[in-house]
Amino acid sequence: MERSVTKLLTRAASLGGIAAAMREWQLRHDDTVRTVEDMDGRMRQALAVMRESVSQGLDPKTRSVSGLTGGNAAKYMAAALTGRTAGGSLMGRICARSLAVAECNAAMGRIVAAPTAGACGILPAALLTMQEEYGYTDGQLVDALYIAGAFGLIIANRASIAGAQGGCQAECGSAAGMTAAAITFLKGGSPRQQADACAFALMNLMGLVCDPVHGLVEVPCVFRNVGAVSVALSAADMALSGIDCPIPCDEVIDAMRQVGDALPSTLRETGEGGCAACPSMCKK
Amino acid sequence: MHVFDIIGPIMIGPSSSHTAGAARIGRITRMLLGEPVRQAHIRFHGSFAKTWEGHGADRAVIGGLLGLQVDDPDLRRSRHLAAEQGMAYDISSVQLRDAHPNTVIIEATGDSGKTVTVQAASVGGGSVMVQYLNGMEVGFSGSKTTLIIQHKDAPGAIAKVSRLLAASRTNIATMRVFREEAGGRAVMALELDSEPEETHIDALRRVPGFESVTLLRV
Repeated sequence: MERSVTKLLTRAASLGGIAAAMREWQLRHDDTVRTVEDMDGRMRQALAVMRESVSQGLDPKTRSVSGLTGGNAAKYMAAALTGRTAGGSLMGRICARSLAVAECNAAMGRIVAAPTAGACGILPAALLTMQEEYGYTDGQLVDALYIAGAFGLIIANRASIAGAQGGCQAECGSAAGMTAAAITFLKGGSPRQQADACAFALMNLMGLVCDPVHGLVEVPCVFRNVGAVSVALSAADMALSGIDCPIPCDEVIDAMRQVGDALPSTLRETGEGGCAACPSMCKK
Repeated sequence: MHVFDIIGPIMIGPSSSHTAGAARIGRITRMLLGEPVRQAHIRFHGSFAKTWEGHGADRAVIGGLLGLQVDDPDLRRSRHLAAEQGMAYDISSVQLRDAHPNTVIIEATGDSGKTVTVQAASVGGGSVMVQYLNGMEVGFSGSKTTLIIQHKDAPGAIAKVSRLLAASRTNIATMRVFREEAGGRAVMALELDSEPEETHIDALRRVPGFESVTLLRV
């Protein structure tokens, strides 16, 4: 199950959902948790940290150690709340929060890697804003975290979640896939639709390179969190509209791995290609 | 790997490998020393050497050496804490051959004058691998409760350890042994399913030829 979306869906069908299948798997494989209550407690703790990182990142005074990033999430949120964003309030708030968590991370704030620190803004921004908009309970958000975790686990096992190995598609791409599945669940989509949403998001970010300026998790990373969460939202919406993904999720993940392997090392977290090689970014 | 490696770890940013991993290596070094660190020489290699400042790897290692966890907000002000607690340190870069790109060598001296030298790599997602301990090639991650025994290579050493752990009803998950040469310096690294009782750890410390016994709980 930890290596195959097809098997995950089979388990989900017999256990009543992907969250239940993930909980059952985790209980068998993690010797540090004894009960479902222990496990859910850890998930709730992650959720609490996500909330804190959002509010820390929305502080206009947030600045990274290098000074390259910070303070932009506050601008985005202000624009979203006063009707100045083209994507409307919900989209604006989701994107602003994604940027907030990423900026909190760059400023040495406390975050939950999801699945990595570089891509930590995407999942919390979507879940917490969906809760604000539609009134989901924390319990529903915890289920959504297990679902995101289930897809992330399969991506990690079949492909990669490390930028140095698979490029940014492995970090922001994976986070978008996990988030798309979680959003689809919250909006009432079936496990099959959750898998399709994940596949759509991975498909739409396939090939994304990892090109951090000066090797730091800042430019373009914090902005890519915004791009990735918007891809996650549209991927979920496609699945929720009843659009079937023509390629099974497992195959998209395998393709992602092959694309990652084909990326030259200059585009895998070495800070030597892409944005990192832009002339104005090469000046110290 | 499991679900809390994906939704987690909870950590201080910005980088799981350059910040959380670095803090973890510092903390393991502090535990292997077994006493507060008075002085530390920190040498960064590879990607660590290029980006330690922007990633806060320096603050992370220093915080770890002070005993801080990877999610402790005090990591940010660890240099200040080091000054307060009287821990001196210096940071430089080093070029190693055939080493992982995120490698650090830490030479730490404790209150009593005891020293420990650790070479470790941050291998991704906040996980680490200790590669050399006091110049001897080893290999342990500290991701589970791990018993590290530095001893003189001698017949029966493993039997003594397994007997005391059995008495403590502690199951050994994995065990690796390393040595310089027959009869020379040796290290055992045992990953355990539970924590042995303190009395049994003390008994291990009294075994002749066992120079250092550390229970790593990272």
